[in-house]
Amino acid sequence: MEQTSSHSIEHRDDTASKLGMWLFIFTEILLFGGLFIVYSVYRYKYPVAFHLANQELNRSVGLVNTIILLISSMTVAMSVSAIQQGKKKLTITLLAITIFLALLFLVNKYFEWGIKFQHGLYPGSSILHELSHGDILFFGLYFFMTGLHALHIIIGMTLLAVILAKVKNERINSGDFVLLENGGLYWHLVDLIWIFLFPLFYLIH
Amino acid sequence: MSEEKQHIVSYKNNALVLVALLCLTMLTVAITSVELGPWNVTAAMLIASLKVGIILTYFMHLKFEHVILRMMVIMVVLVFTALIVITFFDYLYR
Amino acid sequence: MSADHKSPRLPGYLEYQGKHKGLLAWILSTDHKRIGLLYFYCMSTLALAGVVLGLLMKLELIAPGQTIMTAQSYNGLFTLHGLTMIFLFVIPGLIAVYGNFMLPIMIGARDVAFPKINLLSWYLYLLGALIVLASQFLGDGPPDTGWTFYAPYSLQTHTNVLAAVTGAFILGFSSILTGLNFVVTMHQMRAPGMGFFRMPLFGWALYGTAWIQLLATPVVGITFLMVVAERVLHIGFFDPTLGGDPILYQHLFWIYSHPAVYIMILPAMGAITEIIITFSNRIVFGYKAIALSSLAIAFVGYFVWGHHMFTSGMSDTARWAFSLLTFLVAIPSAIKVFNWTATLYKGSIDLQPPFWWAMAFIFVFMIGGFSGLVLGAIATDVHVQDTAFVVAHFHYIVFGGTGFAFFGALHYWYPKMFGKVYNRRRANIGLLIFFIGFNLLYFPMFILGLMGMPRRYFDYLPEFHAWNIVSTAGSWILATGLIFIITNLLKARKGTSEEIDNPWNGRTLEWQIQSPPPPENFKEIPVITKGPYERHNTVA
Repeated sequence: MEQTSSHSIEHRDDTASKLGMWLFIFTEILLFGGLFIVYSVYRYKYPVAFHLANQELNRSVGLVNTIILLISSMTVAMSVSAIQQGKKKLTITLLAITIFLALLFLVNKYFEWGIKFQHGLYPGSSILHELSHGDILFFGLYFFMTGLHALHIIIGMTLLAVILAKVKNERINSGDFVLLENGGLYWHLVDLIWIFLFPLFYLIH
Repeated sequence: MSEEKQHIVSYKNNALVLVALLCLTMLTVAITSVELGPWNVTAAMLIASLKVGIILTYFMHLKFEHVILRMMVIMVVLVFTALIVITFFDYLYR
Repeated sequence: MSADHKSPRLPGYLEYQGKHKGLLAWILSTDHKRIGLLYFYCMSTLALAGVVLGLLMKLELIAPGQTIMTAQSYNGLFTLHGLTMIFLFVIPGLIAVYGNFMLPIMIGARDVAFPKINLLSWYLYLLGALIVLASQFLGDGPPDTGWTFYAPYSLQTHTNVLAAVTGAFILGFSSILTGLNFVVTMHQMRAPGMGFFRMPLFGWALYGTAWIQLLATPVVGITFLMVVAERVLHIGFFDPTLGGDPILYQHLFWIYSHPAVYIMILPAMGAITEIIITFSNRIVFGYKAIALSSLAIAFVGYFVWGHHMFTSGMSDTARWAFSLLTFLVAIPSAIKVFNWTATLYKGSIDLQPPFWWAMAFIFVFMIGGFSGLVLGAIATDVHVQDTAFVVAHFHYIVFGGTGFAFFGALHYWYPKMFGKVYNRRRANIGLLIFFIGFNLLYFPMFILGLMGMPRRYFDYLPEFHAWNIVSTAGSWILATGLIFIITNLLKARKGTSEEIDNPWNGRTLEWQIQSPPPPENFKEIPVITKGPYERHNTVA
């Protein structure tokens, strides 16, 4: 294998690729984990405020978003089955649906946040700072955690779009699809985080 | 080298997993509508953990991966859980 | 002599010319050896800058009152000194330099699992370093919070905390990617026949470390993001006026920063293990014990962070729980020292510079470790917390530990990395001066701490003056020793293949190939049939 100092010694190892993706997922779990630690401490310290504040959030929108993400997890999982069987068109369709569902999630989020902003509820706002400490922390955590999550949705969407393009030009195919699997893993991670965010912010009272 | 993974999850099985997840979601909504005091959080978290477990096992294919990967996932979950528990040694007893 | 030394020599990785020439051939290279050197040059420069900062601090402390700088400058100085030494030197340290260079060779691979990500790690390191340094010149002044950025002061100070924590965040990313790379490398790229338990112990050390890099770093990453959110958005997580708890900041910060010290020390212990084995000329005593104790230290190390917080206001339950866990983590560390001693026993010891560095390491590391027991017991900790005693402790452990191991590894692997030979007598003299200076600089701080001198103060009471003079003088002797060591290495001359391929009669794979190694390390990937410290795995 000729190596020039510009060519890296890369060789195809799907197991390594997938292991690398899982390790990255572990880091994301710990990243959000830090925020869950903060949430659990402040829920413990301010139970009443957290109790009441979550009624400010729209449960139905949260539920719809949860369902959207769960379906999108299924569609991306199905896209892996599709590529394994060499069904290029189906793979692309499923990926497109996944990305579309992600977009829907973001649109919902945009309106959700928009309403809060209209009522003067955002980190650092004077209205928020008039409320109790528990309220300040609840909303601070709400915006920070759902915001960071939304950022990961955007990253995931971009990743899936790139993967869709590669399926189109057959760089990803039934003989080489670890990139699609890894993109799927990332997407499922985004769903996993939301599965915890939803009850903690919208449901528990 | 490509993994000799002939294991293909059928669309039907993927759909069944989704149905299970949706049911558990509805269950979470139902349980948290009832006033159970501190058990609300526990119940919701247990169901959420179950959903996460299902996604890890089926959608993320852990069931069919190398056992070492499963051990790593368990270890990460344990470490994180320990971090929260130990942090609460402080907050619970202040 | 292995077969490799008799077959025709290939051009080494240093001189190999590919598509790019000159500087580009280095900063675009994905060769793990070149990347290791890139880290080495950057890190050495930054560490030397950190040394200068330290010398300036000691100069300020040579007498009570203002000597050469204001209190504000002193605060900025110890902050930058800490940031530089910790985030830019000892955390990446042995991993990025010797891990990158030696790990693939030691396991019989041509490179790491993801060479391009390896290069990205280095770019992120540079970017993070630049942003941290930028904090010195932008905004309202260099950060004065200490490298620990404790809330609520870090939320309120007008100095440029934002740049510093942003830089640190990016550095964390670099660390995470390296850890990821190394775990996958060790799982997937060991040569045929090399099971995990035939891997050299440096590999095991790097394995435990990589897991810490992966799992602990994100926690401080998110903590720094929260600090940014506090400063920019007044979000309230750590701000008591908004309901936040400053102690929670400390919890989150130390959940990373304690495991971080194991990131610093595990590779150091791994390198020392390799050195002791080679210069004892025998098989290591207790291979499995050393391997598994590396993992044990990594694991238990996650759960002891509160021993940095005994006086912060935590609950008593938390305090004794952390104290107990802290004493537990000392056990696997002690196991290593027993194994090193047992390896020396009845070994055929070769007294060379790397070996003397290893002995010096054991001496200073033990002192640091014992002083850690004083700090781990709450009853004694409350008297010396935030005094010079703590400063002495961590310099003995980190400088004495990681720093000495860094130099030891450098003297050990120098012929392999650079194909050059240094003067051994001068190396030993340099070490001696350095060692004397080191102890004169730091030991008095134990005494000063017990006497009650606070840390991070630019001024002190007259009764602390005498020992401070000794300490500052020690810093000058240390600096002299450092200059001696560095000039000796810089004056190293090109060696013959006898002198550079395997001068120490090492048994691990890196010593079975030519020095400097060719770009792809091996002509053919070796097939491993024996343990890492048995003679000989012949290599083509």
